[in-house]
Amino acid sequence: MRGVVIGVALGLLLELTGRVLAAESSPPRVIKMTAKKFEYSPSEVHIRKGEHVVLELTSLDRKHGFKLPELGIRADVPPGGTARVEVTAEKAGRFPFACDVFCGDGHEDMTGTLVVDP
Amino acid sequence: MQFDRRELMKLLGLGGVVLGSGLPGFSLAASKGKPPEDFMFLQLSDSHWGFSGPPNPEADKTLKETVQAVNASKLKPDFIVFTGDLTHTTDDDALRRKRMTEFKAIVSELKVPKVYFLPGEHDASLDKGQAYQENFGALHQSFVHKGVHFIAVDNVSDPQGAVGDTQIDWLKSELGKLDKDAPIVVLTHRPLFDLAPAWDWATADGAKVLSVLEPYQHLTVFYGHIHQENHRTTGHINHHSAKSLMFPLPAPMSVPKKAPVAWDPQHPARGLGYREIDLKDKGKAVTLEEYDVKGGRV
Repeated sequence: MRGVVIGVALGLLLELTGRVLAAESSPPRVIKMTAKKFEYSPSEVHIRKGEHVVLELTSLDRKHGFKLPELGIRADVPPGGTARVEVTAEKAGRFPFACDVFCGDGHEDMTGTLVVDP
Repeated sequence: MQFDRRELMKLLGLGGVVLGSGLPGFSLAASKGKPPEDFMFLQLSDSHWGFSGPPNPEADKTLKETVQAVNASKLKPDFIVFTGDLTHTTDDDALRRKRMTEFKAIVSELKVPKVYFLPGEHDASLDKGQAYQENFGALHQSFVHKGVHFIAVDNVSDPQGAVGDTQIDWLKSELGKLDKDAPIVVLTHRPLFDLAPAWDWATADGAKVLSVLEPYQHLTVFYGHIHQENHRTTGHINHHSAKSLMFPLPAPMSVPKKAPVAWDPQHPARGLGYREIDLKDKGKAVTLEEYDVKGGRV
């Protein structure tokens, strides 16, 4: 009987370990975004707390910036190019981001929010 | 020198008034040479000439009325400084230059001995300051007025809002000529500290600039950009922003999305006047009093 219990426990442990390893080794979710005068699309991005994602930003017109100061993130989004920004949010909440490369009349409106769900 | 309070308040309503003797270190400058001589200058900011839209239905009048009000005042400031966003930007290069020409014509009517200009991102970011320099001269500069050293720092011609190492070297060179206790006024458009980075209310390499300024014990910073009065201290340095002459913006991070405060037809001057701010208990207790541009309490 004791051997059966140990066997079941070991099995559960192995399964859990396997799940964790699988989760750790799986590639991060890629969220595609576009940037153009004077908006990001989508402008609100949802991820789960602790989730590791990559924001893949493509500019449709000129150089823009992507600044998410509360998570210490910034990147240039070159014209016609793509920037990849890795994000792992450790706490839930709403985190604003904005273009920090002046892009014209309406630059101030080029903002968005990363929402980290609990 | 006697100042009439009502005249002073009228001038305050146009921007920020600074009395030279009130600047930290001013008496030190005076003590080393001539007797202290009070002076006054005006800071006007963010006139955004060329803007049109609901946030200011009188957009083509506000700057002109400001010039008339300054000229009508009994008090004559030694000079006026515009801390950037003289014009509202546009992708049309010719129109942008036209707005600069119009702005210059309007402010040329100011009856003051001297007017200094700084660029804002609306004036200088799209072409790295080319049109601005054609119309207003150097992007950064320094001058001395009655013993006070003024240094105008450009943190906008780089579209990312950085001062840049070359200009920081120039800044070090300018400051290197001065005693650590010299009275210094630094003028900028954007805040040099991280007021609200998520709203782009910061300077990309502001921390580097502040580390250069920090050794100077009597240094005050005046800036614009945020379209409202704001008073902050970093280390021992006080930073004061001026209101806009076009439309006000909300307090830093006070609303989910930054946007001009709506024009109120019942109070058309609201937000373009001045705010009296009293700081007590080492800045912990703050009391505010609002005035419209004509000096009346709101």
